Amino acid sequence: MRNRPEGAASTLLAASASEPLLRLRDFTVAERGGAAIVRGVDLSLARGETLGIVGESGCGKSLTWLAALRLLGPGVVTGGEATLEGRNLARLSERELAGVRGGRIALVVQDPSSALNPVQRIGTQLAEVLRLHRGLRGEAARREALRLLDRVGIADASRRLRQYPHEFSGGMNQRVVIALALAGEPDVLIADEPTTALDATIQAQVLDLIRDIRRETGMALVLISHDIGVVGDLCDRIAVMYAGRIVETAATQDLLTCPRHPYTQGLLAALPTLDGPRRRLTPIAGTVPAPAAIPPGCAFAPRCPAAVERCGRELPALVIAAQDQRAACLRLAELPPPTARTPPEAAPLRRLQVPA
Amino acid sequence: MTSLLEVSDLARAYPVATEAGARRLLHAVDGVSFSLARGRTLGLVGESGCGKSTTAKLTLGLLPATRGRVAFEGSAVTARRDSRWRALRRRMQMVHQDPLAALDRRLPVGQQVVEPLTIHRLEDGERARRQKALALFDAVGLRPDLFERYPHELSGGQRQRVVLARALVLDPVLLVCDEPISALDVSVAAQVINLMQDLQASLGMGYLFISHDLKVVRQIADEVAVMYLGRIVEQGRPDALFHSPMHPYTEALVSAVPTPLRGTQDRIILRGDPPNPVDRPRGCAFHPRCPRAVARCREEVPQLQPVGDGRLAACHLAAAAPATTAA
Repeated sequence: MRNRPEGAASTLLAASASEPLLRLRDFTVAERGGAAIVRGVDLSLARGETLGIVGESGCGKSLTWLAALRLLGPGVVTGGEATLEGRNLARLSERELAGVRGGRIALVVQDPSSALNPVQRIGTQLAEVLRLHRGLRGEAARREALRLLDRVGIADASRRLRQYPHEFSGGMNQRVVIALALAGEPDVLIADEPTTALDATIQAQVLDLIRDIRRETGMALVLISHDIGVVGDLCDRIAVMYAGRIVETAATQDLLTCPRHPYTQGLLAALPTLDGPRRRLTPIAGTVPAPAAIPPGCAFAPRCPAAVERCGRELPALVIAAQDQRAACLRLAELPPPTARTPPEAAPLRRLQVPA
Repeated sequence: MTSLLEVSDLARAYPVATEAGARRLLHAVDGVSFSLARGRTLGLVGESGCGKSTTAKLTLGLLPATRGRVAFEGSAVTARRDSRWRALRRRMQMVHQDPLAALDRRLPVGQQVVEPLTIHRLEDGERARRQKALALFDAVGLRPDLFERYPHELSGGQRQRVVLARALVLDPVLLVCDEPISALDVSVAAQVINLMQDLQASLGMGYLFISHDLKVVRQIADEVAVMYLGRIVEQGRPDALFHSPMHPYTEALVSAVPTPLRGTQDRIILRGDPPNPVDRPRGCAFHPRCPRAVARCREEVPQLQPVGDGRLAACHLAAAAPATTAA
């Protein structure tokens, strides 16, 4: 069977030794006969790594991963490469792909009630995944299902297995979805706005659960969210997307304290905070362009306070801005990095808390 | 001076049938009191089902209250749809969360801003109404050429500006906003928040601002009320509440805000979901989830009372705490 590292420590070792677990190379997604929505994304995810994807609606942050898993059907054309341990996902047969989805790469989506089958008991839905991906049946499957429900913090698991999704609250259903995702013992969990539909205190519970599970299993995580707070809370590294491209990627701390791309800087300045002095927000002028109306050159140029004439012509590449930090801005070298603006809530760096 | 809005002991209960078929009462809002002055903003926060939207509807007389009283500029607001209510409603407007749902898809947006003037027979003639609507377009930062467009031709931020223009065209003195920012993207949300602050500064309206987002509420509100299961559990200035909460529920809400780079070791994770309002727990409704509950909390309902620094809290433990700790 698969070679699974035992904990976060061995995961880190494995990550440095081998090629990335999941890699996107010049990945593009377009509607068939329509404009490109994802316009060349390069990303790699190491074993056990946590990567956050942020961006406003319509920037292609969800679409990238749905397309990589070939979940978008024939209406969508992809280009470039999406590879899992060097194997191109686009070339897998349906049968091989079925093993990857749920088995190697699991997906948790925003709305738990639409991700679950409303007319099947929770136990049946868990049993299906356990049979398909782990070959467990009967009593063995039941025992594992109980363990999984217990693991995601659902009390009274044996009774819960016989219940339907409508008998659960939203937070409970999202726990069930996470249990389903874990059932296949995936190497990567792709969580697309997993807490957006949940209330604040329930969101905190679910984020905590994902953090704990990830530490236990050493599973890699791609967390997609419009909320930079959620992503910064859980991820080592953040990639910022705008109009179908990655405009900046850096370690969480660097991205939040020393953003180099004007869009990232704009996003952070537009956010109200809970701490520090109350200041007037600095909005980004204008709105995100529609895929069919993406301007030539740097797509952010029309909204960018630092744009010059050249930005309207040349497409900026994602280049090294600092160690472990890349930004796609033509004026990167000319524009000084923001003066070390320590965020008011600066506290111990989350990365350091991963158990050794 | 009478305040703009005076709400006292407001309550709304719904009869519901339990699974067993027994008839019970669901107390959506259960004794809420607050007041709001002109030019000020009261933020109402809480999780879904805590009664914040019901409070908004009761305030505007869109729903009849089971108990309590709403006074708007000194006169009582009832849910009776008579001419007096319509006259009051002209001066108190509502902004909803989803601008697309709040707008008529088949009517150009400019017409939708003109419509309230027509309904209330304000401004003489179509021309004057159009002029007024265009002035509002300008005030909320919409280009005049968008006047003839349909809602689907506008971006989310532009639509919310249309909704604001439509609410403001009648010169209201109170604006009840139910999650006006939640459907908007970060960069656009900041535009709308700033716009709302500017409009308030120039027109002097009072805002009742409902949101689940503490950061947004802190940005815009002069005072915040935290609701849990139909009641206000803590009320005061946003910085006091969010920086040194007195009620354990406020504390949990604040600590649940995902903040990048903040350590999470001391984060309070509440167990379980909010209880069903039909089965409101005895004593303090929060006690089954409260990390600090003591025996008294299971028996005795805590009253919302002053706990120092002008703040109100409904917690047995807060009342005992020295008020000086809150800076």
